[in-house]
Amino acid sequence: MTMKSSTRQVNGVTIVDLSGRITLGEGSVILRDTVRDLLSKGQKKILLNLADVNYIDSSGIGELVSAFTTTKNQGGELKLLHLTKKVHDLLQITKLYTVFDVKEDEATAVKSFGA
Amino acid sequence: MTADRVSYTLDSTLETVNNAEQKAGRIAAEAGFDDEEIMKISMAVREAAVNAVLHGNAYDPNKKVTLAFERTPRDLVIIIRDQGKGLDAGMIPDPLAPENLLKTSGRGIFLIRSFMDVVEIHPSQTGTELRMIKHVRGNAEPKEASQ
Repeated sequence: MTMKSSTRQVNGVTIVDLSGRITLGEGSVILRDTVRDLLSKGQKKILLNLADVNYIDSSGIGELVSAFTTTKNQGGELKLLHLTKKVHDLLQITKLYTVFDVKEDEATAVKSFGA
Repeated sequence: MTADRVSYTLDSTLETVNNAEQKAGRIAAEAGFDDEEIMKISMAVREAAVNAVLHGNAYDPNKKVTLAFERTPRDLVIIIRDQGKGLDAGMIPDPLAPENLLKTSGRGIFLIRSFMDVVEIHPSQTGTELRMIKHVRGNAEPKEASQ
């Protein structure tokens, strides 16, 4: 039921590998704390790898939006990688799919970040 | 035709949200819905439970959430009730409006309406009752059987 988060650096981009559920409570808090921690350390190129996120609720969607706007407001970029069908469908029906920069390939995603 | 009905009285806690979601998933599976429909039903119930626990009862330990499932040959009917001040659904902004797209909340009712076939919100001074119906497959447009 819980969510796990780990980070790695690839060519100046911080890739956050998330797994589990991004839902009200622990999952949302872990995502929020992870992004805040990265931004506080000046790591403003963030790629959220959602390949192993099998469930997200409206609170989780809100947390993704918050992470996106917070990063943008601090002059950074936050992109999404490897959406599962469930998450993809949710972002489609909430019209957020076109708001986020969604990537399907990690190498391409890393290259897409600005200098 | 008889209907199978089961109801639960639950505390206003985060555990109730997860509990309600799990119960919905199990009952939807028993009712014969497929995996995608089970996901939609359980997610709708989760969102309804979040509304009841957070926005309705505001985690008040003295207030309860009641959750009922009713199975008929045609429908799965789910009713969730809180003891809050009553939700005014008309006051919820459209989460798809461009000015609201980047808001961090306000999508719960929209998702419930997206996932269920019928959604009725009945607010009162003693709480809100949310009634959701998912038609059993093939009964999306019920018609009288012709002889």
